[in-house]
This record gives sequence, C-alpha cells and structure tokens, in this order.
Amino acid sequence: MIKIKIINHILNLDLEINEGDFIAISGKSGSGKTTLLRVLAGLDSANGDIKVGNKIFLNKNHHLKVQDRNIGFVFQDYALFDNMSVERNLLYVSNDKTLSNKLLDMTQMSEFKNRLPNTLSGGQKQRVAICRALMRNPNILLLDEALSALDPQMRTKLQNILLNLHKEFKTTTIMVSHDPSEIYRLASRVIVIDDGKIINDGSPKDVLLQTSGSQKFSFEGEVLEIKKVDVIFIATVAIGQQLVEIVISGDEAKDLKAGDGVNVSTKAFNVNVKKN
Amino acid sequence: MSELEFAPFILSFKLAGITTLILFVLSVPLAWWLSQTSSKTKPFFEALTALPLVLPPSVLGFYILVALSQNSPVGSFFNEYFDIQLIFNFQGLVIASCFYSLPFMVQPLQSGFESLSKNMLEASYISGKSKYQTLIFVALPNIKPALLTAIIVTFAHTVGEFGVILMVGGSIPEETKVASVAIYEMVEIMDYTNAHIYSAMMVVMSFFVLLGVYIFNHKQKFSGFIK
Repeated sequence: MIKIKIINHILNLDLEINEGDFIAISGKSGSGKTTLLRVLAGLDSANGDIKVGNKIFLNKNHHLKVQDRNIGFVFQDYALFDNMSVERNLLYVSNDKTLSNKLLDMTQMSEFKNRLPNTLSGGQKQRVAICRALMRNPNILLLDEALSALDPQMRTKLQNILLNLHKEFKTTTIMVSHDPSEIYRLASRVIVIDDGKIINDGSPKDVLLQTSGSQKFSFEGEVLEIKKVDVIFIATVAIGQQLVEIVISGDEAKDLKAGDGVNVSTKAFNVNVKKN
Repeated sequence: MSELEFAPFILSFKLAGITTLILFVLSVPLAWWLSQTSSKTKPFFEALTALPLVLPPSVLGFYILVALSQNSPVGSFFNEYFDIQLIFNFQGLVIASCFYSLPFMVQPLQSGFESLSKNMLEASYISGKSKYQTLIFVALPNIKPALLTAIIVTFAHTVGEFGVILMVGGSIPEETKVASVAIYEMVEIMDYTNAHIYSAMMVVMSFFVLLGVYIFNHKQKFSGFIK
C-alpha cells in the first residue's frame, strides 16, 4: 500500500494506492500533476507523509533522499545520458546485464544497444528511457507525459510495450497523461487533479466516458469552417486528430462560426452539432 | 642581434601548464557548485571570480605582491615554516597566474554545466547516483567542448600574461622571465629583429591552438555513432 498525504504551495491531497496498480493522473496543465510526481520522487519538497510499503519517504522529521527512494522516472524529454550508448545508459543505473538484455529485448531495442542517444528517433529514445527507469526494479514507476511528444502510431506501440512491461514486472505505475485513449488502455484507475486537489477518482470508464442521456456517442470538437452548398450548410469539424464534415441546417449554421467549440453527437439517425 | 634563446618560451609554457592544471582541479568543483546552487551567496562568488577580468593587471599584481611578501602573514608563514619565498620566483608566478586566469577556467565550465538538461542530472540522482558520481560520469563527459575551451583559453591566457608577471616576478632569466616579458625587454633595448621573431611565434602558435579548439567544437556537434 502506498499512502500519500502531502501539502505544499501547489498540492493539497490525500491518496492511497494499491501496490501493483497502474494509475493515471489527469488534469489541466498547471494543476499540479507533474509536481505530484516530483514530490514522490523526492525532487520537489512538500510537507506531509509518504509511505511506500514499509518504507517512509517523507514525514515530519524525515525526508528520504532522491537516491534512496528507488523510483523509476520517465521524463517527457527522455533525459538520456547523451555521452553513453543505449546499453551504458541502462548499466549506469545497475550493472545487471541480464536485466538490461531482457528489457532491451522486450522493447525491441536490442539491435540499437551500441548506438548513442542522439542517433535515435523519439520513440526509440523513450523506449530506452523506460528501460532505464526499470533497471533498479523500482518501488514505483513514474511516467511524466512520457508518450505525449510522440506521433499516434508510435504512441500506440509504446502503450503496448508499457502494458507488457507492467504485466511482467508488476511495478506500481503512476502515469501523468492527457490522452483519454491512453488512459483507457493502460490504467485501472484515474485520478483527476485540479488546482492541486483531487476532483475525481475512479475507473477510466466512469471518469472518462462523457456521453449523457440517450446519445449513442458524442465528441468534443472545434468548427474549422462552415460553407454553403446549394440549400444546405456543411461544417468542417476537427475532432481530435481527425476532420469530419457534417451537414447542418441553416438555423444551426447561423449560430456557429469558425473557432467555436462544439459537441457532436448522434441519436437515432441525425448528427447533432451543439455549441458548447 | 643577440642569440635567440628559447628559455622564455619554455618558461611560459611550463607556467601555463601548471596553472591550467591547478585551476582545472579547483574550478571544476567551484563551477559545478555555482551552476547547481540556489544559494543567495552565488552572485557574490560570481562577482569575485570575475574580478580578474576587469581589474588592471597592475592592481591585481600589486595586491598579490603585498599579500605574498615576507612582511605579510601568508608570506612570512611560508618563509618561516617551509623556507619558501613566494615572490620574485616561479612559485609566486604560479600563484599570481591562478588568480589572474581563474575566470577563464570557471566561466566556460559554469556555462557548460548550466547548459546541461536539468532532467538529465535528475535522472542520474533518481538512478541512485550521488552528486559527485553525477559530476564525473554524466556532467563532465557531456560538456566536452566547454572543457576544452576552458583548458585552452586558460592556457593561452596565461601564456599571454604580462602585467601581473612583471609586478610579481620581475624578469629573472629561467625563473620569471617569460616570453611576453622577454619581448618587452627586447623592444626596450631596440632588438626589433628578435622581438619580431618572438612575437611572430606567439601569434602563429596562438592561432593554431585556437583553430584546433574551434575545429574540435565544430566536429563535436556532428558526432554520432560510437566507434
């Protein structure tokens, strides 16, 4: 059991996490997600108590050093040691060739083990960073928006790798993420933070599914353009990475302009476009 | 035209070599501390380190002379216990040069350390490594161009030292008469031929040393695979 109860200039929260869980932390930027990870790792200071199993990370008169916490941390910008080859990056943490070979194998990075980080692509670098974070068999693995700089295909690939690694090592993992599909695929619990406080906590399904009433599905999007074709209007709407064209009525078109945030939903046959 | 001798050059390079070595050992921890600290005393130490850049060499030389002379506590201590004189000899020149060239070693190192990704250093701490291990295995190898710049510029700057040396060391052949002082004396006695030869050698050598640094730094930017 991991018990976290911390207060500092940004955070004020109380949280319990089961060992072996995969937790996602979500919330607006500036809400304190990264600060929470940094406090857990011992990189930022806070008052309160943090206890991981029997190990006390933080209490009133004790602040366990970063070096002694045995944490794995993956940064968004990889933070690899540029002077060391891929394999040396791993062995620097712990001189365990069996583990490093296993990790590189599981992440399909074995063939790159003698390369320097600056010759790798973003997805390859992040795989190395994930391997490096697991080299100490950490108590907790912290992922700070680790995949958000990658393109969608690479992200999916790395999500699968993370899932496999989690199955294999059963490391308690806390991941900061903005991406609902990522959270849904990886995490068993989502904690939403706003202004340093927990505002929502539950299964990804409960927290993330945003349909209400009898709608079959609904998406949040942004109107890019509205054009008139004969007697109808066609709105081009960006939903996530995708663009869709939706037929709207003259009345709806009057209400909308480019740049408006809209909710696109269906019920029976019609597509409804409602201004937020 | 008197016979050309190389003793002043050898002395210059010996002085620069020893000074660079001492300064490197002292400046790495200082620059590392300056780059990492959030202490309020940092600007104070930064200003102190940069002082030799702006002071006239005569001012620096004068105070070093006063501080190391036999009448000063430092000078009399060394004289009494170790029977060492600190001025008008080679030891004195080394001490003076260390003060004079300090900013040329500290500043490139400090800006090198400051340019390192904060996350990379934190990744090392998270990996269980101390600040000392991080400095040796991560920080220093990742600032190679800054290291080389610091070493070469300190060396070159010490070779080019003149005012402080004249104040603290005078011009004793094979003891304190370095190349720059030798050139000054040649001009004084109107031995322009030798002054030309010495000066031209200084210009050519300095140019090639600097050229070497820039070529290395240029190549570093495009390094890739481990050979």
